[in-house]
Amino acid sequence: MAEATQAKKAGPKKFALVNRRAPHGTIYALEALEVVLIAATFDQDVSLVFLDDGVYALVKGQKTTSIEVKNFSPTFRALDDYDINKLYVERESLQRRGIDAENLLVPVEVLDAKQIGELLAQQDVVLSF
Amino acid sequence: MLHIVNKSPYECSGLQSCLRVAQPGSAVLLIEDGVYGASAGEATESALRGARGKLRFYALAPDIEARGMQGRVVQGVELVDYAGFVDLVTSHEVVQSWL
Repeated sequence: MAEATQAKKAGPKKFALVNRRAPHGTIYALEALEVVLIAATFDQDVSLVFLDDGVYALVKGQKTTSIEVKNFSPTFRALDDYDINKLYVERESLQRRGIDAENLLVPVEVLDAKQIGELLAQQDVVLSF
Repeated sequence: MLHIVNKSPYECSGLQSCLRVAQPGSAVLLIEDGVYGASAGEATESALRGARGKLRFYALAPDIEARGMQGRVVQGVELVDYAGFVDLVTSHEVVQSWL
């Protein structure tokens, strides 16, 4: 048992960041992105999960000049350079909002709620935003 | 009367409550995350269509653009800029913000 714990500590941990908020209205989506980049710097195994209003963070064509906040949406395109390519979006969240996965900023894997649940259960750490 | 909604209809019940309470002839202005209520989607489209005869709908264009929702705005919602926002506030006696 103690050996298993030690072995787990030695390697990278599995992190899932659960994004449930829309961008710009609150700081959560931007903060999640900051944390992803930090986790990537430490070579952790990071998955990004987008649920509920979190899916809005991945919508193309965001232009924030007029509301005078930083448009961080292009950063999602840079994640691949940090070897972060596990992006999962819940199907029902997309459907309810009339959003097509093909029209998002980056390629994602669309999962149903049950699959998202399984994915989260496999993680060492789950962080909520 | 002017009603202002600033929260996503998927996260909060503000828009729903507003549509239930607002009297015919009132104006509803969607700002910040409230603008998702003006975009095509399950929680909003039919509710907005249903209320369109009795209420006037506006959405703040800078907030729509910031969220990439331009091109997804439900028909019948008029886009306003910041000056239009001020005009709406000054031209209505009473303003209710659904925070």
